[in-house]
Amino acid sequence: MAAPTRYWEDVKEGDALPEVKVANLTRTDFVKYAGASGDFNPIHHDQTFAEASGNPTVFAMGMLNAGILSRVVTAFAGRPNVRRYKVRFATRAWPGDDIVCRGRVTKKLAQGGEKLVEGELEAVNQKGETLISGSFVAALPSRG
Amino acid sequence: MPADKSLIGKKGEPVIMHIERGKIGEFARAIKDDDRLYFDEAYATREAGGIMPPVTFLQTVSHWDDGRGRPRLPFDLKRVLHGEQEFEFLAPIHVGDILTAVSTVVDVYEKPGKRGGVMTFAVTETEYRNQMGTLVARARAVGIETGQVVKD
Repeated sequence: MAAPTRYWEDVKEGDALPEVKVANLTRTDFVKYAGASGDFNPIHHDQTFAEASGNPTVFAMGMLNAGILSRVVTAFAGRPNVRRYKVRFATRAWPGDDIVCRGRVTKKLAQGGEKLVEGELEAVNQKGETLISGSFVAALPSRG
Repeated sequence: MPADKSLIGKKGEPVIMHIERGKIGEFARAIKDDDRLYFDEAYATREAGGIMPPVTFLQTVSHWDDGRGRPRLPFDLKRVLHGEQEFEFLAPIHVGDILTAVSTVVDVYEKPGKRGGVMTFAVTETEYRNQMGTLVARARAVGIETGQVVKD
């Protein structure tokens, strides 16, 4: 879904961003992301390698989770308005996991001729554990 | 590896990256994003001046990299974690653009690990310039080598 136009004046600190949910991650999702991104680290698709590395099974690339989380920002502001996106990886996502991504506006400011919104982001799994914490800066159109 | 400060400033070779529509669609599907901006050329042109890559798409630079683009760090792959990733967008990127990415190691440091051992951190910054020479984006990655095999 493309983002509806949201004006800077209509946004308040504390506002929640649209949630993005992905249910039941699969190994196929990891393979699709491997092909799309070029990340062929076998720890994400090769069970034998994953086990030899001390893992119970393969797990999602952090950047797959980060890509899903980034949709919170694009659903809120629209892709052309994203100025900064930062993530910190906390724990890993496994096959069968559900991911819920959310965000919140923390600050409004005008800078460099743009009306900006800053916010914090979080992706959690079905147990409520944080997979990623993040932050963003987006420009929004102004009513002038 | 120990935190070898002499790695700071080490650069990879420039990597040329073509921003392609097919790859953008594949990437958008992989992150389960059905935004028309990534698929519908007429719509994207109206809304954004053309199809744009998703926010984290610049990570696909590894498709264009034969290994020389990344400044080589003596990390053990079985113990490496991606700690942080940041993208900063300075000018629009559209399908058809040809970007040149240059990566530089900007910091290397150590911290005691929570579960014993020493963790080594390496911060790499990548600058992406388009065919006009304009700096369009900057990415910053923090890689971590843990003291032992990673367990949550």
